[in-house]
Amino acid sequence: MLTKLFPPKTIELPNGKVVIQKRSMTPITILAFIVLIYISVQITDFDLQRLAKRINQFFFILKDMVPPTWEYMPKLWEPLVATIKMSLFGSVLGAIVALPIAMLAASNINRSRWIPAVTKFILSILRTLPTLVVALIATFIFGLGTMAGTVAIFLFTIAYIGKLLYEQIENANMGAYEAMNAMGLTTIQSFRYAIFPQVLPNYLSTSLFCFEGNVRYASILGYVGAGGIGLLLNESLGWRNYANVGMILLMLVCTVFVIETLSEYFRKKLM
Amino acid sequence: MMNTIDQQLQKATNRRLPKFIITVIVLIIFLWSTSAVQLDNITENGFSIAKNILMGLVQPDTGLLFNLTTGGVLYLLLETMAIAFLGTIVGAVIAIPLAFLSASNIVPKPVAFVVRFLLIIIRTIPAIVYGLMFIRVTGQGPFTGVLTMSLISVGMLSKLYVDVIEELDTSVLESMESIGCTTMEKIRYGILPQLSALFTSIVIYRFDMNLRDAAILGIVGAGGIGAPLIFAMNAYRWPEVGSILIGLIVLILIVEYVSNKVRNKLVNG
Repeated sequence: MLTKLFPPKTIELPNGKVVIQKRSMTPITILAFIVLIYISVQITDFDLQRLAKRINQFFFILKDMVPPTWEYMPKLWEPLVATIKMSLFGSVLGAIVALPIAMLAASNINRSRWIPAVTKFILSILRTLPTLVVALIATFIFGLGTMAGTVAIFLFTIAYIGKLLYEQIENANMGAYEAMNAMGLTTIQSFRYAIFPQVLPNYLSTSLFCFEGNVRYASILGYVGAGGIGLLLNESLGWRNYANVGMILLMLVCTVFVIETLSEYFRKKLM
Repeated sequence: MMNTIDQQLQKATNRRLPKFIITVIVLIIFLWSTSAVQLDNITENGFSIAKNILMGLVQPDTGLLFNLTTGGVLYLLLETMAIAFLGTIVGAVIAIPLAFLSASNIVPKPVAFVVRFLLIIIRTIPAIVYGLMFIRVTGQGPFTGVLTMSLISVGMLSKLYVDVIEELDTSVLESMESIGCTTMEKIRYGILPQLSALFTSIVIYRFDMNLRDAAILGIVGAGGIGAPLIFAMNAYRWPEVGSILIGLIVLILIVEYVSNKVRNKLVNG
């Protein structure tokens, strides 16, 4: 359609040959961009003056965070450990459950026409649901506490790993699988010996990466009452006790940094 | 025949012990983490609530879903998209100089290290915390959401930019220098073409992620669809929740599909 609107330029060379040069889309893209930005500015009341006038408030808050209240630290260990436990349990269990689900969703393992399509659809809906919303729903069902957070992380992990894993399985080399099938092995057996070794390094690496992200998520789930350190964070922010907030953030940054470094090290080894 | 195969097999290094140890360690950590599961807290009417939620999702409030005023789902989704869009753009622009400052093949190592550390801190602080901080600055509303999104995008985008910058092909620059190009020409024809497609692809990917984040930022009052969603949930108005969630899911799926298509085209030409 676009080529019809903007017909390509034809250039006749001195030797009689006709060369077709496609019109550049850059000017139109830039124009569309400017229009979109203008609309967005209108909708969101973007106001640089207000920002310039009030931005010092932001730095006041930052200044209040340093120095953090070191005395607050002993109280933080327990919720921090709860946060890690939550994301660990949710990630491990989610990663394990994602494996059979990915098998169901992979259209080269599962020959039925409907099951892979339905499983993929469910996975993509699960993935789009914001974790915080799932956590809030979970608090209605499982009550306040770490259980709700674990459920939210568990569901997100299934959706995330499930998607990446079924894509891996669908791109795997099918030769050995078909040979084993022909020898009379069942689908599960041939999957175990032909496909699983191919996807295993990537599967473990994805799971580690997901765990890494889940620790970040878990730290805010407390905002809706789903347990962990987010609860204290919300409380301190509510009381405008920014020195305490600084302490919590410091511990979070350290924890996430350690977990990220560890997971990056193992992921490099796996690759 | 069989013997030679067996012999070769035996020559392979025995990795059973390390594997066993790793499995045991993972198992111990996993068992340690099971205490996060507390089933004693289950509310008695949990199952009826679960049923109500599902009923709300399948019987959404269509009046709200197709409402065209500023209170309707469509307008809220538009606002959420505007927040994510503007936040991504602002973040993408600010992240470019920061990314160059933290690329170890461009600036001296100490500078790169300091900027990189700063970016790690920016990245680790959860979006909601920024949201709550900015609310003290600019008050409730979508503008706060834009500022929060920008700051998060800066952290995430500059990390991804750096990976691209560090893989720059410098041989092009050398050959351009040998034919006498100026610095500006080198940047315009040597560096920009290498970076622009990948940078655009990264920014589009980030927009996709920001849209999800923008949807929950409303929880702290930073505009977008999050606030009505939380209000409806806390008031147990499940049909309303259903219509908002359906709108959100459809929007995210569409944006994800389009962004995948565009990125494929950008990277593969």
